[in-house]
Amino acid sequence: MNESVPIIKTVGLKKAYQLGSETVRALRGVDLLVERNEYVAIMGPSGSGKSTLMNLIGCLDTPTEGEYWLNGQPVSNLTDNELAHIRNREIGFVFQTFNLLPRASALHNVELPLIYGGVNSKERRKRAAEMLERVGLGDRMEHRPSELSGGQRQRVAIARALVNRPALLLADEPTGNLDSETSSEIMVVFDLLRAEGQTIVLVTHEHDIAEHAARTVMLRDGVIASDVPRGQAALV
Amino acid sequence: MTGPEGIRLALLQIRSQKLKSFFSVVGVIIGVMFLITVVSIVEGMNRYIEEDFANTVYGINTLTLQRTPEIDVNSDPDVERAYRRRPLLRFADADAVRSDLSVPALVGVTSGGQGRLVSDQGVEIENVRLVSASSEIFRIRNYKVERGRAFTAPEDRAGLAVLVLGWEAADKLFGTLDPIGRTVKVDRRPFRIIGVMEKRGSLLGMSLDNYAVAPAHSAMAGLVSPHNVVGNILVRVDDERDMSRAMLDIEATMRVRHRLRPSQSNDFAIDTAEESLGFWTRIRNILFIAFPGLVAIALVVGGIVIMNIMLVSVSERTREIGIRKAIGARSADIHFQVLVESAMLSGLGALIGIAVGVLLAQLVRAVSPLPASIAPLWMILSVVLGVGVGVLAGLYPAARAARLDPVVALRAE
Repeated sequence: MNESVPIIKTVGLKKAYQLGSETVRALRGVDLLVERNEYVAIMGPSGSGKSTLMNLIGCLDTPTEGEYWLNGQPVSNLTDNELAHIRNREIGFVFQTFNLLPRASALHNVELPLIYGGVNSKERRKRAAEMLERVGLGDRMEHRPSELSGGQRQRVAIARALVNRPALLLADEPTGNLDSETSSEIMVVFDLLRAEGQTIVLVTHEHDIAEHAARTVMLRDGVIASDVPRGQAALV
Repeated sequence: MTGPEGIRLALLQIRSQKLKSFFSVVGVIIGVMFLITVVSIVEGMNRYIEEDFANTVYGINTLTLQRTPEIDVNSDPDVERAYRRRPLLRFADADAVRSDLSVPALVGVTSGGQGRLVSDQGVEIENVRLVSASSEIFRIRNYKVERGRAFTAPEDRAGLAVLVLGWEAADKLFGTLDPIGRTVKVDRRPFRIIGVMEKRGSLLGMSLDNYAVAPAHSAMAGLVSPHNVVGNILVRVDDERDMSRAMLDIEATMRVRHRLRPSQSNDFAIDTAEESLGFWTRIRNILFIAFPGLVAIALVVGGIVIMNIMLVSVSERTREIGIRKAIGARSADIHFQVLVESAMLSGLGALIGIAVGVLLAQLVRAVSPLPASIAPLWMILSVVLGVGVGVLAGLYPAARAARLDPVVALRAE
């Protein structure tokens, strides 16, 4: 892959919902560029459109208008199946509520993206185990989510997000359900990943979490209100 | 997602909710159980009738010529009256059949009745089957002599008062004594015992060994049929392929002897082992028509229950489906997963149903004279049926699951 291709490039991204008889314009034209190995925090008050933007960036949803290139591929007009494929290969999700399968072991949870990626079971097991080792859960592979602490669960989720070596790690309030000590543990994991070259987009409303990112994009009323390097968001 | 992967996931899901899974397939279990039990019994009966019954009653490669058919389900009084007007069979008919046959065969006559035997020890037995027969009967019927000997054609022609006993009759009359050479009175007429036949066992609970055979021209004939009249004329062809030829010969002979015009139908019956099965075949066909309906009802109900359970299961797992979609599951993968789960559930139900059905059939066999034979084909069919019901029941829930929007599904509680 050409190093100069941006991971995220959106032009005039718009999204409108029909809510009863009312049309909600959640995004009103977002132009965003995220280069490889960037670490970007997306912030904004509730209703600013950050969840909508996150869904569009994560290819969970398609824009009403505008264009979106993910890792050089135009994705705004893909079919559901093509989007599923992109999510599988290019994106790793980390959610606030972890979103692990409760009845499956940590190992099986991490294996899931590889199952849908068509990787054979031996290879799958090996890669999932390696990834759990990397997040420090080598001794918890057969544990179910209910047998793990919040921080451990989120690390399983991170292992799952990264197991397919995605172009983009997309984290939605990853520390929202964690205490401050565990939160900083998780943020250290993100810092390390960044250092290894992982591109990360983090959606959060907490300034000290956003502080970890090199760049902060502030959304307001469906448009980008500010886009500044680290430490300057508070000034806006 | 691959097949084995889908099956693994489905098993995981079914195992995690064993009791609920079990109750959701009770309908399928009952349907399949019913199917297996009834089919086992019908198949068992079938094999029994075809292999034992028909050949015991009629004999192998044997045509039985008699006045009226041995087994007839028709109870029309007009037909009954017509049967009574038919001419009786006579020794002369047997001789004519023998001389007209164009294929190698054995021809013999037998007449039968019921009566009482009294031994020279004073032992009496009632309800013995009394038979007067020509000497060919032993070869036609494959009767094996255990002790002594059968009577011969000259003895028959001479009408000697000799008697061959069935195993049970001999046992009851004489116990451990050797019956050969002793005297038995049949309706006050003395007969000398010259042989005892091998044990043949029983058929549908009736003993096949409680009989006494005397020559067709002996005094026995007068006890079981009118003078010169015979009950059956038996023709055993040497070669199975000559059966239809022999039947045509016999028919031609008898029509000429009875002076039937071409427009008149036969006033005699020619039965074969195969033909006697027609009666059983009719019963079996009724069973096979009536009972798929019952099985179908059980399976439809079972299918509806499974569909409901799967719908509940899909809505309970909305979030899981959202997660799976977020990390790359296509709609087809979700669809497949739900279908496989539904099919596996129902298929497992079918397996349980087969096990219970087999047990029930064995139980029926153990406590009743009904035989039960389990055909592997029906087991395979049951599993196919079970899986089929599961697939059909899973179609709608699977479509619902596959259609879920990942954004909405991820927000579900």
